Amino acid sequence: MDVKPPNPPPVSRRQFLRDGSRAAALTGLGGLLGVLGTRSTSATTVWQIDPSKCLRCDRCATHCVLEQSAVKCVHAHAICGYCQLCTGYFVPEPSELNTGAENQLCPTAAIKRTFVEDPYYEYVIDEQLCIGCAKCVEGCNRFGNGSLFLQIRHDRCVNCNECSIAQVCPGDAFRRVAVQHPYLLKTTSH
Amino acid sequence: MGARERIEGAVSFLRVPRWLTLPSPSPRPSPQGEGIRGVALDQTNAPLLFQRGKRCSLSLGERARVRGNDAQNNAPAQNPAWTPDHDAPSKAFTTLGHFWPRIAQMAVVVLMLVFAIASFAEQRFPPPEFESGYALPETKTPPPRTLPFQYVDVAVLLGALVLASYLVLKKRSRNGVLALSIFSVVYFGFYRKGCVCAIGSIQNIALGLFDSSYAVPWVVTAFFIAPLAFALFAGRSFCAAVCPHGALQDLMLWKPVKVPAWLEQGLGVLPFAYLGAAVLLAATGSAFIICEYDPFVPLFRMNGSHAMLLAGVAFLLAAMFVGRPYCRFLCPYGALLRLASCVSKWRVTVTPDSCNRCRLCEEACPFGAIEEPTTAPTHWLALIGDRKRLAWLLALVPALMLAGGWFGSQLSIAASQLNPTVALAERFSLQAKTPVELGVQTAESLALMRAAQDPKALISQALEIRRNFRLGGWLFGGWLGLAVGAKLISLAVRRSRHDYEPNRASCFACARCFSSCPNERVRLGLMRRELPGSPAPQPAPAAAHTPN
Ligand code: SF4
Ligand code: SF4
Ligand code: SF4
Ligand code: SF4
Ligand code: SF4
Repeated sequence: MDVKPPNPPPVSRRQFLRDGSRAAALTGLGGLLGVLGTRSTSATTVWQIDPSKCLRCDRCATHCVLEQSAVKCVHAHAICGYCQLCTGYFVPEPSELNTGAENQLCPTAAIKRTFVEDPYYEYVIDEQLCIGCAKCVEGCNRFGNGSLFLQIRHDRCVNCNECSIAQVCPGDAFRRVAVQHPYLLKTTSH
Repeated sequence: MGARERIEGAVSFLRVPRWLTLPSPSPRPSPQGEGIRGVALDQTNAPLLFQRGKRCSLSLGERARVRGNDAQNNAPAQNPAWTPDHDAPSKAFTTLGHFWPRIAQMAVVVLMLVFAIASFAEQRFPPPEFESGYALPETKTPPPRTLPFQYVDVAVLLGALVLASYLVLKKRSRNGVLALSIFSVVYFGFYRKGCVCAIGSIQNIALGLFDSSYAVPWVVTAFFIAPLAFALFAGRSFCAAVCPHGALQDLMLWKPVKVPAWLEQGLGVLPFAYLGAAVLLAATGSAFIICEYDPFVPLFRMNGSHAMLLAGVAFLLAAMFVGRPYCRFLCPYGALLRLASCVSKWRVTVTPDSCNRCRLCEEACPFGAIEEPTTAPTHWLALIGDRKRLAWLLALVPALMLAGGWFGSQLSIAASQLNPTVALAERFSLQAKTPVELGVQTAESLALMRAAQDPKALISQALEIRRNFRLGGWLFGGWLGLAVGAKLISLAVRRSRHDYEPNRASCFACARCFSSCPNERVRLGLMRRELPGSPAPQPAPAAAHTPN
């Protein structure tokens, strides 16, 4: 059994206005849905760095919302020259071509250098150590094949609605890509 | 920064050899820019570089010589590559006609270079053919964490909205709302890290509407539409227990203090201003300020800039004493939900029974959302006074909007600085007028270098954005004036209210007041019907009721 309010109004003017506005608002939302429907993607998007636009500043290391940046260096081995004197690995004037810390460009020694066969050396990034500072990327792109480049690693990235590195990237290199193809890997140098 | 200095030696390469120095902005980073450097290097060293097998094993001396050659080439070219042409770009901000000869000149050089590059090997060091059976390591591509969640998130959102509406309107259970709040904080907050949320989705929608090249992901669309659609029927059930931001603040509430009405009403305009600003900045593709200045997401992530983490903690501390400060005085999505909730089909009622006017519920609401009964004046003299005031206010609204619009348009130039493109163009033309040595390879100088590649496009883009901002400034100001006007009108209109009841707009549907009502307690069998000193309530039904 319902309890009626003391004096149940018939359809009052206010009620009428309310119903009308609700209908209008619903229509508006429907219209919005229609407009967005033509524009929207069926997929979620994620952020990614376009390696061809990256200018190798160090903001990727410092501007991610995560304390350990989600951006890491990635190595496209297929285009690597396996150089003995890797300009992504060694500082510009290395005293010796060995793995001594003073010869390494990487501040965290995140690149592992191993001998493959004469005269080739393999370079592998340890993503646990890499901070995404782009120093090696700069060296490799400037003097080498450009097989080192930065990518957002999606096992780390929390997919911010607005990537906070994108806001400050001097190369305007960040863009949203479909979640099904979340990487922009290099297949050719430069 | 020791490493940065180390790299500076290498950066001397960056200087374009003199024979290539163009009279106009010298490009560096584009593919063509890369080409220029590549060719410069390759031409001097081509024989060395392309001896297979030996190419990488240049002796250190040879390397040094290579570098030295280049350094000599570059020594006189003191003009760093990014330094824009000293007069043209600044003029370009006003007159854009000066550039064509230069651009043609550049185009010819670039074209020549493209051919030159094509005739050389594509890679400086062709990948080796291994003889030891070495297998290339694969480049790992861990899949995004969002991938499996896109359907789950929307399903959980819809489920939680239905449940919240049911718990508030039908079940009338504070404990249920509490449990759902905890779930939402854990799932949407700490587990899904608060991104994307309904609040931030406003910006994606705004950007999607104004920029046809931006596609709004359907998940974001769902997060924007669903809570609003629910609010049109069930009031702010989203705020009650689904929004992780609101739920977190709600759970922190400890000893609420009453915010004076004038302050509450005054600050109540802020969410509308924030909404306007967020839409303006998102629609012009400048920034997503709601996301940038979200105080709670860093807490959910337990990670973030110190300033925002501190802001989050400050909000939570405030939330212990002032019920939901972000929701009431800032949240732009809350502003939309307020509007939707004003016309909702069903509404939150303190009790489905009649009101005793005991004022207990008023004390129970930590958000000051319960309004006391009033009687609208019926005497014609009072009515005339009211009508007059209303008429004045209605006339005031357009004036407010105009004033606001003018104010907004005055601010628009300053606001357009928030757009990265405009900011870059400004810096670029400033640099052109009064060159400042920025040193090598700061992010700033790199950005200026990028600007120097195609200043004309950059500047015309910036001017276009600025035009949008001028219009946007008018609209934003007008919106602000409208919000203030509407607030004044809503304060001036006296409605007759028979009972104590929650204000449709500002009630968060938290269900706290329900059990404070003696009639409700009687209905639930928690209390005997006859209260000393209170009028006998009407016979209480067991469970059935219709909130309306
Ligand atoms: S911020 Fe941009 S330019 Fe700088 S390293 Fe990252 S992607 Fe490259
Ligand atoms: S130099 Fe920087 S980007 Fe390259 S591997 Fe080391 S930390 Fe990562
Ligand atoms: S989207 Fe967020 S987490 Fe991912 S790289 Fe950008 S700032 Fe970092
Ligand atoms: S007002 Fe905003 S922050 Fe608060 S619960 Fe509602 S949507 Fe969330
Ligand atoms: S349900 Fe609404 S009126 Fe009741 S205590 Fe909560 S916010 Fe206040």
